[in-house]
Amino acid sequence: MILIAIISLGGIGAAGAALLYATSKKFEVYEDPRISEVQDALPAANCGGCGFPGCAGFAAACVKADSLDSLNCPVGGASVMEKVATILGKETSKADPTVAVVRCNGNCDARPQINLYDGATNCAIASALYGGETGCSFGCLGMGDCEVSCDFDAIHINPVTKLPEVIEDKCTSCGACVKACPKNIIELRKRGPKSRRIFVSCVNQDKGGVARKACSNACIGCSKCEKECAFDAIKIENNLAYIDPVKCRLCRKCVVVCPTLAIHELNFPPRKEKEAEPVAKAKLQPEVAASITAATPEN
Amino acid sequence: MLRTFRIGGIHPPENKLSAGKKIVRLAVPKQVIVPLSQHIGAPAQAIVKKGDVVKAGTLIAKPSGFVSANIHSPVSGKINKIDAAIDASGYKRTAIYIDVEGDEWEESIDKSDKLIRECHFSAKEIVDKIAAAGIVGLGGATFPTQIKLTPPPGSKAEILIINAVECEPYLTSDHILMLEKGEEILVGVTLLMKSIDVKKAVIGIENNKPDAIKHLKKLASSFSGIEIMPLKVQYPQGGEKQLIDAVMRKQVKSGALPISAGAVVQNVGTAFAVYEAVQKNKPLFERVVTVTGKKLSNPSNFLTRIGTPIHTLIEEAGGLPENTGKVIGGGPMMGKALISPDVPVTKGSSGVLILTKEESVRKPMQNCIRCAKCVNVCPMGLNPTLLMNATEFKSWEMAEANYIVDCIECGSCSFTCPSNRPLLDHIRMGKGKVMGIIRARKA
Repeated sequence: MILIAIISLGGIGAAGAALLYATSKKFEVYEDPRISEVQDALPAANCGGCGFPGCAGFAAACVKADSLDSLNCPVGGASVMEKVATILGKETSKADPTVAVVRCNGNCDARPQINLYDGATNCAIASALYGGETGCSFGCLGMGDCEVSCDFDAIHINPVTKLPEVIEDKCTSCGACVKACPKNIIELRKRGPKSRRIFVSCVNQDKGGVARKACSNACIGCSKCEKECAFDAIKIENNLAYIDPVKCRLCRKCVVVCPTLAIHELNFPPRKEKEAEPVAKAKLQPEVAASITAATPEN
Repeated sequence: MLRTFRIGGIHPPENKLSAGKKIVRLAVPKQVIVPLSQHIGAPAQAIVKKGDVVKAGTLIAKPSGFVSANIHSPVSGKINKIDAAIDASGYKRTAIYIDVEGDEWEESIDKSDKLIRECHFSAKEIVDKIAAAGIVGLGGATFPTQIKLTPPPGSKAEILIINAVECEPYLTSDHILMLEKGEEILVGVTLLMKSIDVKKAVIGIENNKPDAIKHLKKLASSFSGIEIMPLKVQYPQGGEKQLIDAVMRKQVKSGALPISAGAVVQNVGTAFAVYEAVQKNKPLFERVVTVTGKKLSNPSNFLTRIGTPIHTLIEEAGGLPENTGKVIGGGPMMGKALISPDVPVTKGSSGVLILTKEESVRKPMQNCIRCAKCVNVCPMGLNPTLLMNATEFKSWEMAEANYIVDCIECGSCSFTCPSNRPLLDHIRMGKGKVMGIIRARKA
C-alpha cells in the first residue's frame, strides 16, 4: 500500500518539477548581473535622494547610463560612487559632497512672537494659513516638518531656539527636508573642506527696516558683505544676500562685517585676536574715507 | 416641505446677533489700504503712482490676466505709497495706500437714491459695465463676475440662481441688504438675467429670514420671472453646488462648472453691486460688513469703504472687548483668524467676528474612533477621515482618487468630529498639493 502512495506522490512531484522548469526556461527574463552587484555596493537607504525610486532603481540607471556624471548617490558619497564605477568600468563623477544647511537664525530672543497659532502642528498647514507667529513671514515656523521627513535622524528642532539643527555626520543630503520645508529655508550646500562653510542664515526678502523690526538676526540687505568680498561671491537680490558656495574662498571677512550677525561660519577654528582686529579696521577705513570725500565738495 | 440639498450638511448655532440692525454708513477713515489681490486669480496691476490725486471711483489698478478684476479708489485723496501690507491672507502683499482728502466722487457716478428700473443696455454692454466696475462674487469666493456671465461656447444657461442663503452663522450683511435695498437687488437680478439671456431667476433664502422672504415676495410680484424660494436651514447651503441641488434637484458632476447643469449662481450682494454699476455707474468700492461677537457691545452692519482698517469697524461697534481670543475675518465656519486688526476690508470681507478666549480654544486632538460622522455630514459625499490620512501620509494618488479636489472647505467635518481632529486643515493642504500635481501634469 505504501508503495502506491510513494509512486503517485513522487509522480505528481516530478511532473510539477518538470512543469516549473519548463516555465522558468520559457519565461526567463534576463537581468544584467551587474545591477545586483551595484545594488550591493549601495547603502540600501532607499531614501530617493538620487532622484530614482530606491537603490534598485538607481543601480539599474547606473548600469544603463553611458557615463556616471549626472548620477550621484548622496548617501554614500564619493567612496560608494567609486565602487560603482569600478564594478561598471566607468569614470566617477566628481560631485562635491553637500550637506543641508538651515537658513534661518531667528530664535525666540531675536524674533518676538506677535500672535499665537493653535492649529494642526504641521508647517505646511500653518504656512498655507498665514506668515507665522512672528513678524517675519519668511522664517522658520518651527513645527518640524523637516524632522519628520528625515529618514536618517539628522535634523532636529532645538527645544530652546525652536529652530532645526542639522547633525552633519548623519546628514546624507538626500534632500527630503528641502522638499518638506514650505518656506524653502533649507538648502543643500557644498560641504566644504573640513566641513567648513560660510552662509547667510536668513531668507527674509523684506526691506531692511521691516526685516530688522521683525527679527534682530535678519539679513537687511545692507550690502556690506558684498563690498567686503574680494572674490565676487556675494550677491544681493531682493534685499537678501546670497553667498555662492563655488566662488567663496572661506576668508571669513564677510562674517565680521555683518551688522546683524546673519552670516554664519561653521567648523572654523576660533579666531585669533590679532587676526580679527585688522579685519575690523579694514572695514572702517573705506567708510571714513567716503565720508571725508563726501564732505569736501559741500564746503 | 421646504427644499434643501440632499447630501450631508449640519446645523450649527445661528447666532445672528446683528439681525435687523440697520445699515450704518461709516465715516471715511484718514487712510485706506487697498490690496491689489482682492479677488481669485492674478493680482491687479497698479496704474497710479505715488503723489497721484484720485477721486472715489477712479480706476487705480487694472487686471493682469484673464481671471482678474479692476480695482477703483474707494476715497478721494492722494496716493501715499505702493507698498506691502498684511492682508487677510496672513502674508504681506502689494497694496495701495491712499491718504484721504475730502470725499469727492467721480462725476459720472449718480449719487442719488432714486431707483432706476428701466435699462436700455444690451447684454454685452451690461457685462462690459460689470467688468469695468470690478465686480467680483461678494459671497466670499471673490470670483470675477464677468467671467461667470460669459459661459464657455456651446453651453447655455437656463436659470439664474441668486444666493441669498447666508448659511454662515453670525453673518447678517446679505439679510439686511435684502430688507433695505430689496428693489435695487431685484433690478440687479433683472440685469443679470438679461446679460445671460434667461427668462427665469430663483432667489434662494433660508427660512430663518422670514422678514426678508416676505419683503422680497411682495416686491417680486412686479418683476417678471423672479421666484423667491424659501429653503430649509442647513449649512453649507450657500455653496454653489449645494444651492443648485437644493433649487434645481440637479447634481453638478465632479470637476464640472455649474453651467453644465444649466445654472449661473450669483450672490445677492453681487446683484446689488451690479445694479449700482449698471444703473448708477458706481464701481465696487464699498460694501456691507457685519461686525459681530457675543461679547461685543454693539454688533452692527456697516456700509464701509474698501480699504478701511478692520480696527475702525471694531471701534465703531463698541471696541474690542476684554478677553478677546480671536478676530475672525468672515464667519465662524469658513472665516480665518486675522493676524492683525490693521488688515483692511476687501471686496470679499463679509464679516468680522470677535470670539472670546473660551470660544476660540481648540480642544486637544484625539484618535479617530471611526464613527463616520464626518462622512455623514460631508455635503460633497467625500470621506474626510480617509482624505486626512492620505494627506498626512503624503499619498497624493489616493487623495486624488478619492476626489480631494472636490472639497469645498466648508469645515462641516471638523465641526462635527467628536475627537476634534483637524480634518479640514489637512484636507485643505492636500487639496492644494493635488491641484498643483494636476496642473503640472497638464502643463
